[in-house]
Amino acid sequence: MMQSKAYSVLKDNLWTNNPIFIQILGICSTLAVTNNLRNTMIMTLGVTFATALSSLTLSAMKDLIPRKVRMIIQVVVMSFYVILLDILLRAYLPDVSKQLGPYVGLIITNCILMGRAEAFAQANKPLLSFWDGLTSGLGYMSVLVAIAVVRELLGFGTLFGFRIMPEAFVTWTIMIMAPSAFFLVAMVMWWAKTLQAKRLAVAKEAKK
Amino acid sequence: MTPLINPVTLFFASIFTSNILLSNFLGMCSFISISKDWKSSFGLGMAVTVVMTITTAISWVILFYVITPLGLEYLSFIVFIVVIAAVVQVLEMVIDRASPALYMSLGIFLPLITVNCAILGAILFMQIRSYGFIQSVAFGAGSGAGWWLAIMLLAAIRERTEKNPVPAGLKGPGITMITIGFMAMAFIGFSGMIAVQ
Repeated sequence: MMQSKAYSVLKDNLWTNNPIFIQILGICSTLAVTNNLRNTMIMTLGVTFATALSSLTLSAMKDLIPRKVRMIIQVVVMSFYVILLDILLRAYLPDVSKQLGPYVGLIITNCILMGRAEAFAQANKPLLSFWDGLTSGLGYMSVLVAIAVVRELLGFGTLFGFRIMPEAFVTWTIMIMAPSAFFLVAMVMWWAKTLQAKRLAVAKEAKK
Repeated sequence: MTPLINPVTLFFASIFTSNILLSNFLGMCSFISISKDWKSSFGLGMAVTVVMTITTAISWVILFYVITPLGLEYLSFIVFIVVIAAVVQVLEMVIDRASPALYMSLGIFLPLITVNCAILGAILFMQIRSYGFIQSVAFGAGSGAGWWLAIMLLAAIRERTEKNPVPAGLKGPGITMITIGFMAMAFIGFSGMIAVQ
């Protein structure tokens, strides 16, 4: 039973209920860093870390928190993990920390953290909530990394800073700038929704 | 420390050239869900502007007179979040007392604002770019007004294009993202006119 629940959470968070293209959560802070693959990886790992641990903590504390002050406690717990993350980044990866700038702090208001705390950790056991937070983070990461690959490859002709495209390749300046992120997210949404609708139709047909 | 720029310039720059939403992607969540409706967009935009102006001012004071002298920079995230939550709470009570009509139109959006990334984002930008007090207020007000402008524009566009045929998979958020992309492209036209940083 436990096994299947864990699996369904994984599937939900990675695909059927992906935080980005289905729930439209948490696109706020991270679109800005997706023109660089390395920063995107670090940023999304940070979000995954913060979501998983804050879900774990909040789920473990859920009986102790009075309902009225729930919001503020949740936010404080999240800020705690984000501060840890910020200090770690500053100590070990100072240049990345500088490039990410305010976006590390903005993980606090990333809707995914709040969303998982409210929707899942409130009603589930700590370990399962941890798993839920972790998989939500992975679902988020998969989409953003895909977008970052396209943006960095076309925008700079590189991946992780290594040159992939030939020297003569004319870089697409628009890919570095803000609008391309919106267009790419829209395309991912389009693709995922169409595919899901098709699968649903096939499943319905099979039932008949 | 960067030389301080003229607050008036900064105000207009943060509305147009570096719109907090279209070039920094902040405050997207409520932006997409609320912009379906023109009237609510107006209310939310106004609330964001008011809260942003007040919170940047208060945070600046706390940052320079409490946090920095005591060497508590690592606590700044928590402090900022609590400032935002407190301002929203107080504002809610004040508006409720002063003008119930305004409360009806604005009140429901206030709790949403606590978790709006744009507010915290503006404060963090202010901290990183080390603005002075007047600059911070101008920046907060300008960013809020820029957010307001962007959500009004998007709501108007969405109202017009609502009935247009769109592929099923793109309906709702998908086409909205594309619309925002075009708006961002239009706003890039302003860039280079004034530098904020």
